[in-house]
Amino acid sequence: MQHGKYRFIVGFLALPVGLYALFVVWPFIQSIYYSFTDWTGLSPEFKMVGFDNYERMLDDDIFWKSLQHSLLLALLLPLVTIGFALFLAFMINVGGRRRKGGPVVIGVRGSSFYKIVYFFPQVLSIAIVALLFAFAYNPDSGAINSVLRGIGLDSVQPLWLGDPNLALWAVMAVIVWSTVGFFVVLFSAGMASIPADLYEAALLDGAGRATTFFRVTLPLLWDTVQSGWVYMGILALGAESFAVVHIMTTGPGGPDYSTTVMVLYVYQKAFRDGQAAYATTIGVALLIVTLAFAAVVMRLGRRERLEF
Amino acid sequence: MGSTSDVRSSSEGVGRRDVIKRSAALGLISVPTMSFLSACASGGGSDNGDKAEEGKKTAKNPLGVNDTAPMEFVLFDGGFGKEYAEDAVRIYEQNFPKADVKFSATQKIQSTLQPRFNQGTPPDLVDNSGAEQMDMGILSSKNQLADLTPLLDAPSYDDPNKKVRDTLRPGIVEMGQLDGDPVWILYYAYTVYGVWYSQKALDSLDEQYPETWDQMLAVCEKAKKKGMAGWTYAGKYPYYIPFSLYPMIGKVGGVEVLDAIDNLEPNAWKHPAVKACFDAYYELYEKGYILKGTPGLDHIQSQTAWAQGKALFIPNGSWVENESANVIPKDFDLAVSAPTGIDSSDKLPFGTIWASGGEPFIVPAKAKNTAGGMEQLRIMLSEASSKNFTSKVKSLTAYNGGTDGITLTPGLKSGVAALDKAGENVVNPRLQDWYVQLQKEKIGVSALGEMMAGRLTPAEAIKKIQSFADETAKDTSIKHYKHQ
Repeated sequence: MQHGKYRFIVGFLALPVGLYALFVVWPFIQSIYYSFTDWTGLSPEFKMVGFDNYERMLDDDIFWKSLQHSLLLALLLPLVTIGFALFLAFMINVGGRRRKGGPVVIGVRGSSFYKIVYFFPQVLSIAIVALLFAFAYNPDSGAINSVLRGIGLDSVQPLWLGDPNLALWAVMAVIVWSTVGFFVVLFSAGMASIPADLYEAALLDGAGRATTFFRVTLPLLWDTVQSGWVYMGILALGAESFAVVHIMTTGPGGPDYSTTVMVLYVYQKAFRDGQAAYATTIGVALLIVTLAFAAVVMRLGRRERLEF
Repeated sequence: MGSTSDVRSSSEGVGRRDVIKRSAALGLISVPTMSFLSACASGGGSDNGDKAEEGKKTAKNPLGVNDTAPMEFVLFDGGFGKEYAEDAVRIYEQNFPKADVKFSATQKIQSTLQPRFNQGTPPDLVDNSGAEQMDMGILSSKNQLADLTPLLDAPSYDDPNKKVRDTLRPGIVEMGQLDGDPVWILYYAYTVYGVWYSQKALDSLDEQYPETWDQMLAVCEKAKKKGMAGWTYAGKYPYYIPFSLYPMIGKVGGVEVLDAIDNLEPNAWKHPAVKACFDAYYELYEKGYILKGTPGLDHIQSQTAWAQGKALFIPNGSWVENESANVIPKDFDLAVSAPTGIDSSDKLPFGTIWASGGEPFIVPAKAKNTAGGMEQLRIMLSEASSKNFTSKVKSLTAYNGGTDGITLTPGLKSGVAALDKAGENVVNPRLQDWYVQLQKEKIGVSALGEMMAGRLTPAEAIKKIQSFADETAKDTSIKHYKHQ
C-alpha cells in the first residue's frame, strides 16, 4: 500500500495548490512586478521605471494619511469589535443566572433571540449597510440628528460625515455595527464546546461572572479570539473599510482626506487616475502592513495550548 | 467580503476547531485585497491586422463605412438613459442593413472596458462618461484614441454642403482637443452650469435674480427672515460649487484669470478677482445664509432639500432637471441664471455663464471599425437625433439649434435663454476634465468644502489651493495641458 501513497497525496494536493498558485500567489507576484513599471491600466504599453513609484509613494502626503487611518482602523476596530463580541457572547451563553432545575451553564433570558438579532447586520450586504448609515448620518433629515432633536438637544447637531473630526469615527462605528454579530456567533460556537463541568467546578468554588470569564472562558477560547482578531484586522485594512468609506464618504475619502484609507487610495489611483502601476505600489505597501499586522498578532498572542 | 455564507450555518452545533478553521480560511481569502487588480492585468495586445476593410466612399457614405463590418457601441447608462442612443442605432441599422450592430449600455465604463483596452480589442464607439470615466489624457497619450477630424470634415447628415464641424455649438471642437490639432473627443451633450432656483420662490420674496453681490446678500436676508436658507450645495461633493464660482471669477477678473488657473500658472489663484469671489462666498457662510447641515449632504440630498424649498439657490448643471425630476414640484418653475457678480466694475457683463460639452464620445484607435463608430456619431449629430435627445432627456446637444418645434421644459427653456443672454460671454474652465484629482478632491473637498463649512478662511483656502496647483504642475505622472 505504501507505494501508491505519494501519488494519492499529490493527486489530492495538486489541484488546490495549483488553483491557489494561479489565483492567489500569481496575482501577488504580478502586482509586485507592475509596481516597478509605469503601466496606466488603460493601455497594454508600459516600461520599467525602477523604484520611481516607491520614491513617489514616500513623498506622497495622501499616502501617509491613508496609512495612518488604515493603521488606526487595524488597531482599534479589532479591539472594540472583539471585546464587545466577547461580552455579548459570554452573556448569551454563560452569563445567565441559574434557574431552578435547569442546566448549570446558561445564557441570559432570551439569549437565542439576541443571537439572531446580533447576526442580522451580517445578512445585509455591506453596501446596503453603508447606504443606510449614510442616510442616518444626514445632518439635515437623518435619523441620528432627528433623535437628538427629539430629545431636546437642538443645539447638538453634528455634521457627522461632513466634519473632518468626526467622519472617521462615524465610519468606524458602522464597521463595528456590521461585524460584531459575526463574532458573537463565532465565539458562541466556541463557548458551546467548552465542557460544562469546568464551569460547574468554577461555580462551586464560588467564582463570579467576571472570574469565570477571565479564568475559564477566555483562556479556552483563546485560539478563536486570536484568529478572529486577525480576521477583523484584515477586514479593517481591506474590504470592509473600503466599502464603507467609498460609499459613505464617497469620492475623496471624507472632508479634507479625513477618512481616506489605503484600499480606497489603491482604487482611486487604479480606476480614476489611470495610474495602475502606482496603485499596485500602494497595494504592495498594504500587503506589507497586513502581513506585519498578522505576524504581530500571532506573535503577541502565542501562549500555551490548553487541551480539554 | 460582507458575505459569510459558509459560516452562517455554524451555530453551536459546529465544533470549535471547525469554526477556527473556517474563520482562518475566510481570513486567507481576504488577504489579497489588492489582487483584484490582477483582473485587469495586461494581456499582449494584437495590433491592427483584423481591422475591417474600408468601404466605398459615396455621398451617402462619406466616411467609407464597410457595410458588412460589425459595429459595437458601448454607452454610459446615466442621467440621460439609453433610449436616445438606441434610436440612433436603429438609424445606423437601417442605413447598413448588412452590418451586425451590437449595442450595450453600462454604468461601469471603466471596469467593463479597461480590460478590453488592455487587450487591444475595444468597441468602435464609447460614451466615456460617469463616475467610472476613463482618463482621456492617458488614453490619448498612449495612442488609444482615434482622431475624429475625418468625422468633423465629413458632410453633415442633413446637409451635404455643410461640414459636421460647422453644425456644432461653439467650443465643442476645441474641447475635444487635448493639445495640438487632433480631436480626440466629441462631447455630445451641452451643459449649462450656473445658479439654479425656483422662479416661484423668488417671486414669493418679491425679488428679481440679483446681479450684484449686495443684492444677493439682500435677497438671502429676505429669504432668511421667511425661514428659508439662501444657498445649499452638495456638501460631500463641494466640487459643485465651482459651477457658479468659476464663471463668477471669470466675470469679475476676465477670462485670462480662468485660463491662468487652467494652465496651472504660478500664483494664478492669487489674483484679486479670486479673493473677491472667495470672500463673497464666505460671506454667505458667515451671515448664516447657507442651509444648516449642508456640509454633510450629498448631491441628491442637497437637491432634494432645495426642491423642497428649504434653500433658494444651488450651484448645479443642467442635468439637475432630469436628475431631480421626481422631487421638483410641478409649479416649481425651475430657472437657471448666470452667476451674480460683485458690482459694476466687473470685467465682463452680467450674463457671463459656464457652458460646455458633456457626455464625451470616443472612437478607440484600435477599434476594428473606426469608420462605423464615427458614422454612428454623425447620425447622432443630425438634427432629428439631436431633437430626439433634447425632447427625451431635457438637455441640449452639441448640435447648434435643434430646439425649434419641441416643447422645452422650464429649466431647459431658461438655459437656452441664459445662453442667448450670454452671447459671446461663455466661459469654459477646464480643470474638471484636465485635472480630475486636483479639481474634485483638492480644490473641491479639501479647500472649497472646508471654507464653505467655515473651517478655512478665504485667504487660507487660496493658499492651500495654490500649493495644490503647484504640486500638480510639478507632478510628472500627470499629463499637463495649456489653453491654445
